[in-house]
Amino acid sequence: MKNRLKALRAENNWTQAQLAAELDVSRQTINAIEKGKFDPSLPLAFRTARLFALPIEDIFDDKPM
Amino acid sequence: MTAKDTNRSAWEQDNQKNTVRVGYWTAAWLVTMALANFGPKLIWGATGWLTVTTIIANLAIGFGMILANKRHLKGLDELHQKVQLEAMGLSLGVGLVVGLSYSNLDVTNVIASDAEISHLVILMGLTYGLAVFLGLRKYR
Repeated sequence: MKNRLKALRAENNWTQAQLAAELDVSRQTINAIEKGKFDPSLPLAFRTARLFALPIEDIFDDKPM
Repeated sequence: MTAKDTNRSAWEQDNQKNTVRVGYWTAAWLVTMALANFGPKLIWGATGWLTVTTIIANLAIGFGMILANKRHLKGLDELHQKVQLEAMGLSLGVGLVVGLSYSNLDVTNVIASDAEISHLVILMGLTYGLAVFLGLRKYR
């Protein structure tokens, strides 16, 4: 699944560890999502959308990377 | 929006506590396991009630260890839960298939020695460890 997580994180000047802390997941999970190796669950996708104040479809795109 | 600082988050701290808790339960289980096995031979001899008490304690602590492990797994994030699920599924499958084949070798006298349960535990442990390692590497 494509996503804009890395770009959104960069816009906020956050490290992977800081974003992971915000979302209550490990840094490795953020890294795997950014690289498209792991698709987040719906609850995690919603938490991410709330954090960036964006609709889910503006962050995640249901197309393979 | 402000990101939390790089200090450990509450989630990470809970995770660490759960891991330490599993470690304590596992250590207690191993100690009582060793006592139940070697106590009668090396410490208290033929005192039957001590042996039975140690075995019951080992069983009770074993259940505590299972519950602590369940709590630990529930506290992990979704990626690590997935890695753990795959590793546990693989070790269960390998344990079942190889364990029964090993038992067949013993029952049919193809191998001279008895099939030992400890060999199965070692195999499952190694399979689980390797699967966790490979799973974590896959998502690195």
